[in-house]
Amino acid sequence: MATTSVMGGAVKRREDPALIKGYGSFVDDMTPTRVAHVAFLRSPIARAKITKLDTSAAKETEGVVAVYTHDDVSHLGPLLAQVPIGKLRPLLADGEVNHVGEAIAMVVAENRYAAQDAVDAIDVDYDVMTPVIDLKKAKSDEIKVHDELESNVLHTWTYHGYWDALGLEDQTAEVDAAMERDDAVVVSLEMTNQRLIPVAIEPRSVIADWNPGYGSFTIHSSTQVPHALGGAVSKMFGLKSTDVRVIAPEVGGGFGCKLNVYNDEILVAFASQALGRPVKWTETRREAAGATIHGRGWIGTATLVGTKDGEFLGYKLEAIADMGAYTQNFTVAIPLLGLWIASGQYKMPVSWTVDCVVTNTMTTDAYRGAGRPEAIYYLERVIDAYAREIGMDPLDVRVKNFWQPDEFPATMGCGFALDSGDYEGAVEKLKAEAGYEDLLQKREEARAEGRHVGIGIGSYVEVCGFGPAVLAEIGFSWANYGLPASFNGSGIVRVNPDATVTVVIGTGPTGQGHQTTWAQIVGDGLGIPVEDIKVLHGDTREHPMGIGTFGSRSLSVDGAATFEATKKVREKAARIAAHILEASADDIVFEDGGAHVAGSPDKRAEWAQIAKAAYQAHTSPEDLDSGLEAHTTFSPGNATWPFGTHLALVEVDSDTGDVKILDYYAVDDCGNVVSPMIVNGQVHGGIAQGIGQALFEDAVYDEAGNMLTGSLLDYPLPTAADLPSLHLSHTVTPTDVNPMGVKGIGEAGTIGSAHTIVNAVVDALSPLGVKHIDMPLRPKRVWAAIQEASN
Amino acid sequence: MTVNGQEVTADVEPRTLLVHFLRENLRLTGTHVGCETGYCGACTIHVDGQPVKSCTMLAAQADGASVTTIEGLAQNGELHPVQEGFWERHGLQCGFCTPGMIMSAAALLAENDNPSEDQIRHGIEGNLCRCTGYHNIVRAVEYAGAKVRGEEPPAPDWEGAS
Ligand code: FES
Ligand code: FES
Repeated sequence: MATTSVMGGAVKRREDPALIKGYGSFVDDMTPTRVAHVAFLRSPIARAKITKLDTSAAKETEGVVAVYTHDDVSHLGPLLAQVPIGKLRPLLADGEVNHVGEAIAMVVAENRYAAQDAVDAIDVDYDVMTPVIDLKKAKSDEIKVHDELESNVLHTWTYHGYWDALGLEDQTAEVDAAMERDDAVVVSLEMTNQRLIPVAIEPRSVIADWNPGYGSFTIHSSTQVPHALGGAVSKMFGLKSTDVRVIAPEVGGGFGCKLNVYNDEILVAFASQALGRPVKWTETRREAAGATIHGRGWIGTATLVGTKDGEFLGYKLEAIADMGAYTQNFTVAIPLLGLWIASGQYKMPVSWTVDCVVTNTMTTDAYRGAGRPEAIYYLERVIDAYAREIGMDPLDVRVKNFWQPDEFPATMGCGFALDSGDYEGAVEKLKAEAGYEDLLQKREEARAEGRHVGIGIGSYVEVCGFGPAVLAEIGFSWANYGLPASFNGSGIVRVNPDATVTVVIGTGPTGQGHQTTWAQIVGDGLGIPVEDIKVLHGDTREHPMGIGTFGSRSLSVDGAATFEATKKVREKAARIAAHILEASADDIVFEDGGAHVAGSPDKRAEWAQIAKAAYQAHTSPEDLDSGLEAHTTFSPGNATWPFGTHLALVEVDSDTGDVKILDYYAVDDCGNVVSPMIVNGQVHGGIAQGIGQALFEDAVYDEAGNMLTGSLLDYPLPTAADLPSLHLSHTVTPTDVNPMGVKGIGEAGTIGSAHTIVNAVVDALSPLGVKHIDMPLRPKRVWAAIQEASN
Repeated sequence: MTVNGQEVTADVEPRTLLVHFLRENLRLTGTHVGCETGYCGACTIHVDGQPVKSCTMLAAQADGASVTTIEGLAQNGELHPVQEGFWERHGLQCGFCTPGMIMSAAALLAENDNPSEDQIRHGIEGNLCRCTGYHNIVRAVEYAGAKVRGEEPPAPDWEGAS
């Protein structure tokens, strides 16, 4: 394996040694001197007026430092949100609670046990009200969750309005007209895309340290967005950005659930400032399940209309998406991400309506894929049903309707243009890798033996790499947190006097291996070994701007910025080398850890020489500023549009309803690849989360709004024993949206997999007459579907 | 008790969990807490050679025991084969589940240095990982098994791997 920098090579990860030895530094691993600990009193009731809240006994509990309720923090206002459509979350409950898990009071104590004891001593009475949980009921406005809002429907994302703004024509009439055609085959499925709990294995944790002497904060938080948090704290506390330093050290998985500024982060900061000492809070697993954002939560009907021979004529989706009780970071904007890929890889008109409704549940927001897995699930499930209806192979029907390679950039109904693609190429590769014809044969043989074996196909295209500056106008920026930037990427590359390199990026990993990938990009550009390159991230003091890791954006946006900064550094280094070698900068070539004059390998300056010269006025060219550093921002003109097709082979035990994944193949195309090792890792993890949704996971509130899945026992994640090894391969269709031709791979696996599994299970059971089963396909539900179909 | 070969004595509150004792009293923070209820395995350590979820045990119950945590796994500056396997085969992403996962895998290989894929998967099923989909964790354990047996580990399976 290559150990030095090669773009496209599998470099062993730079971040691993500390993590495998137990020396990685996560927030909860830190214990500053004089630190006090926080515990929250959280609502056990979904919807109620608080009729009594007495903290006097709690304040007398041993070890308690302070107890705070809404009145103590109301001057800070509610929690800021980036897309503030709906009711913003009060930092602490303001006389009423609107979901189980809502924070009512904050206890600060000398240790965590004392904090919990004091929470138990708070006296609170509730006047219980009827909660709104069911999405259809929510939409009906029969009971309104928040009196002050006009309706439970916060917003409706639809073809109308949104398209009009782009000057495009409404395609609804076209879809409706297609349905009226004599030769139309119309297939509809009503489906649920259930609510999920992201479950990063590291619980969220925050330590705020207000220094009364300096008048400044240092905040460590397990967040995906340290700059957004820093901005929010500055804005809410009236501080300059230079007086708020936020550090995200090692972060133990995010998947979107750490892509929020949370009330607990603000409250811990408040307590630290009020008490003049460091204050720490780490969520419990139960809090992670009920007070950290959820994802998905859609119900709806997908309708595909096509001809008898497999030509798609149009697609319609009507859905309701659950926003939860309060609006946080992007909440209402999440379904919009699905709208942009509503037509998938296919050339056809679409009509799309998603109502975003409030319920008495935890807020939903971005969970891996965010809007896109939902949209693709509905589309790809109904395509499968249509293919079965007309008796066509599910791959053939897809291929027949794909955008063709010569049609890119391909402008879709949503107004965006797909950047590049060879959708059929991925299918061809998949067929070859999986041995498709043999699999079909095997399935028939198994069926002849009475076994229920199915093949599921799932294609996807996704939209990522946020993002284009135009999106700032519809909320994709950190403006509401007081930061001016749209979602640009940024990278600082600095060659130090000893020829080591420091790279500072405006995005940080939650496991994606930025330290390695960025070292490869810079090492490749400069010819300096990755071992000599240090990548810094997640510290607002190191970098003046930062957006964060989400929406598969890091590489294609911040990576591109770093790539450009590297070029600038190399250009400057060439001028210094030319000065040393008394040659022209145009003739300088970088190779083997140094520079030489083209054609004269002997006329050579090592990086050590060049770097030293850069920092000494008397050894660098007169007209050059000293130092060897560049800072570049990058604003992509378009998002990027990775794609792929997956295949699952499953077997269902009809006696038990148990689903076994026999094999899984995926072909993904994320453009050019920096590290095939890391790309595969991302796809593995993404697929596991898609399989998790398909087979196991379900965040359940009962009718009374009780959270029934607050522990990992009730919310089963896939274990190693539940999953097969995965066969991954790739096609490479570079994008011209950024100079590296890369697209992003963080979410692809998740977006491509849930429907692939469900399609496979339905395929396995279709001989029995099963047409659809809602996720998660746990044995009981599958068994029931089999019974129902056979009766 | 002995922790990573060193004798430690302390008076603790009876309700102190072993994982908190390790993390807070001894500042051995490599052992992580993911759930505190025995389901995630992030807190897995070895007690008298056996894998134990240290959130399910009180510190007092480990009185007199020999405890090994992730910090004590490497010997004389040499990575344990499982640690090496995780690094070589990209067996970790965020690294949060990793210490517990490595401790479970090391215990598995100590019992059986040539486990089948199925045995590996069942051997670590008490440890949850949300990042890797376990694929590369299984490859990492296979790598480590080969090392322990003195064999050449199987080649990595990503494209372009040599
Ligand atoms: S922390 Fe011990 S099993 Fe999760
Ligand atoms: S590597 Fe992140 S949980 Fe396993």
